[in-house]
Amino acid sequence: MSFLLDKMKKIEPLFKKGGRFEKLYSFYEGFASFLFVPDKVTTKGSHIRDHMDMKRTMTVVIIALMPALLFGCYNIGLQHTRAFGLNDWPVIQMFLFGFIKLLPMIIVSYLVGLGIEFIAAQIRGHEISEGYLVTGMLIPLIMPVDVPLWMLAISVAFAVILGKEVFGGTGMNILNPALTARAFLFFSYPGRMSGDKVWIEGLTKGGGPDGFSGATPLALARLDGFDQMPSPMEMFVGTIPGSVGETSVVAILIGAFILLLTGVGSWRIMLSMTLGALGMGLLLNAVGGNEYTQIPAYYHLIMGGFAFGTVFMATDPVTAAQTNTGKYIYGALTGIMVVIIRVFNPAYPEGTMLAILLMNVMAPLIDHYVVNASIRRRLKRGRRV
Amino acid sequence: MGKVEKVSLLSAKNKKLLKNPLGIENPVTVQVLGICSALAVTVKMKPAIVMAISVTVVVALSNMIISLIRKSIPGRIRIIVQLVVIATLVIIVDQFLKAFAFDVSKQLSVFVGLIITNCILMGRLEAFAMSSDPWPSFLDGIGNGAGYGLILIIVSFFREFLGSGTVLGYPVMEKLGVYNFGYEDNGMMILPPMALIILGLIIWFQRARNKSLIETS
Repeated sequence: MSFLLDKMKKIEPLFKKGGRFEKLYSFYEGFASFLFVPDKVTTKGSHIRDHMDMKRTMTVVIIALMPALLFGCYNIGLQHTRAFGLNDWPVIQMFLFGFIKLLPMIIVSYLVGLGIEFIAAQIRGHEISEGYLVTGMLIPLIMPVDVPLWMLAISVAFAVILGKEVFGGTGMNILNPALTARAFLFFSYPGRMSGDKVWIEGLTKGGGPDGFSGATPLALARLDGFDQMPSPMEMFVGTIPGSVGETSVVAILIGAFILLLTGVGSWRIMLSMTLGALGMGLLLNAVGGNEYTQIPAYYHLIMGGFAFGTVFMATDPVTAAQTNTGKYIYGALTGIMVVIIRVFNPAYPEGTMLAILLMNVMAPLIDHYVVNASIRRRLKRGRRV
Repeated sequence: MGKVEKVSLLSAKNKKLLKNPLGIENPVTVQVLGICSALAVTVKMKPAIVMAISVTVVVALSNMIISLIRKSIPGRIRIIVQLVVIATLVIIVDQFLKAFAFDVSKQLSVFVGLIITNCILMGRLEAFAMSSDPWPSFLDGIGNGAGYGLILIIVSFFREFLGSGTVLGYPVMEKLGVYNFGYEDNGMMILPPMALIILGLIIWFQRARNKSLIETS
């Protein structure tokens, strides 16, 4: 590595002010600090800087995503073999099959997203922000495996430009960019984002046996297909049709464990969101209404994108509430909204995406009231003394 | 009688009245007026164009009429008088459309009637016609109607082209054969939020090119 470091140091003057490539400094900076810990020191006052800067935080999230990603690969292959009756595939073949399907999605997501970030950084004279590293990995994981690559590309472009750069880039966005991409596709090409074909590789192109349904448990529940729903154990392990990375609660829990252990993810949001959804589910079980309310409350936690959304989306440090009290409120309301949308809105079986986007918009409001309440409380205390 | 200024019908000043609303004084993208109808009627180009023409006619004529009678309107009831004039014109336009372009009239449905509440109309009457001569008022109306129409047509072009794959009903995308390559129409373009996003992009584009429009806060 020291060879590389020497090399980078040697070409650095070229990119500094007055150098031949000064306009490309953000490229250099982005690449250099991707490889090495930045050597910046604070010059004024005393600050403690640790190496846990944004890049390291992002790296932890990427690592936490790995179990879901790997299981996603396996599950793509597994669902394919089930649909097409290829019972003799060994596990490794299923995994590789899924990996080959997933790889182009990841590449497209990164190429388009990072390309736009690079251009935006150049235009603005900013450093390239590493915010897209995680988003670029999240986006393929929340897509159906059969989504065409060009749709993926424009949804990424939409999310990065209109979800993020318009507001001022990483750290300034109101909505979670990955979910913005998914929401864009969901409303633009509903046929590609829902139904009983898109979740399994190869079914949309025809082929596949007649009458085989690859519907997700959420869709089955909506279509009065309770008896066809997979068992809770299957949903927990994740051997069900669904978006690439969202099916396995086990893999996501491993990721959650990594996030919590390193302190990157907020346990307040995860906990309150889970409790919110569970509470709302129990309430609806008790009250009744339509058939869908009778689904056991804990099903909501293992169906659809709830687990993935709770661990990786709702906890996004930029778009979630910032205050600690606010995080509880934000999480709980998100969980409640998930169940409400799922149960009462027949058009959108998947409520997690919409609930999180909605609460992203509300998060600053929650913070505002939490901060104001704190100020009022302190003023009162001051007056009493 | 004061001094009567002789001004040619299309002096530089009057030309500006026509030209500015298309660009730096655009009623939609700069003054952000008339947004509601811009969202509602821009799914297809044809209704958008009809709407643009209707609004232009109504703004121009009402501007001129109000300017003609501006000196005899009591200040306290001027809004009512303005509304009566606008409403009369709108009803004429509405009846005209029903008689000669029934299909489009049905597509536009309530939005022709709602021209009465279009903020551009009241805005121009209050800001311009109440204090200007009839001819410049007329030109101002034409200019603002055209500025509104221009944005409507741009937005509707993108929404129809990307949302339905057609331009003025002509199936461009189909003729290009892109559907064979797996292209699909974008369903979100047909939904109102996309009109708002396209409008936002136009404003962004305009401000990036014309720095004087950027507010300093």
